[in-house]
Amino acid sequence: MAITVHTLLFARYAELLGADQLTLTLPEGIKAGEAVTQVRNQHPGNALPSTVLLAINGRQATLDRPLHDGDELAILPPLAGG
Amino acid sequence: MYLTHDPIDLAALITQVSSAEHGGIATFTGAVRSSHASREVVVLSYSAYGSMAEHECAAIVAEAEKKWPVRVALAHRIGDLVVGDIAVAVATASAHREEAFAACRWVIDQVKARVPIWKRETYADGMVAWVDPTAPDGIVLARPDAEAARG
Repeated sequence: MAITVHTLLFARYAELLGADQLTLTLPEGIKAGEAVTQVRNQHPGNALPSTVLLAINGRQATLDRPLHDGDELAILPPLAGG
Repeated sequence: MYLTHDPIDLAALITQVSSAEHGGIATFTGAVRSSHASREVVVLSYSAYGSMAEHECAAIVAEAEKKWPVRVALAHRIGDLVVGDIAVAVATASAHREEAFAACRWVIDQVKARVPIWKRETYADGMVAWVDPTAPDGIVLARPDAEAARG
């Protein structure tokens, strides 16, 4: 069964990919890092850096976290607040 | 709400943490600098992952108030700022200065490390760059076609 993951892109990454959100249809059980790889593959030439920060449903998450249907996956550039 | 599009009112933050029992008040304000990466900055545009940023700010304030006997107020500006504008402000109040200073320093360090906020600098020469603390120069130039794409 496929799951739908709402993917948010911010700042420089939104600029690189020309979009601030993507709706991904992914296989069940996929990990966050694999979803990022899929985003990379869908946008060749606008490669995201090899390491990115992730958040799932608004909380920082690691690449090995499994995704579930309806999750919000955020791909975050290096933080620069303050 | 910790993020604001409006100018930050430091006096209001101090009022928020003040009380008869809290005689020591420390504040930190971060204002937009006129130069970065050897370039003259004219505009600094802040953006955020709003819901997560609000959650992280609330968590930082709660953690500080647990670590020290302090009251904490925090505000971070979003949007286009010019040189001299206050981008972030922290006010901490305690019975004594040691805790107020320690908590104030800790809160601003945590904000920089944990809150999903980004900044994009426009320089006097028209160049535009994203601030990236992990980049060798601290900035990554924005794509030249980005302005058109932005609409």
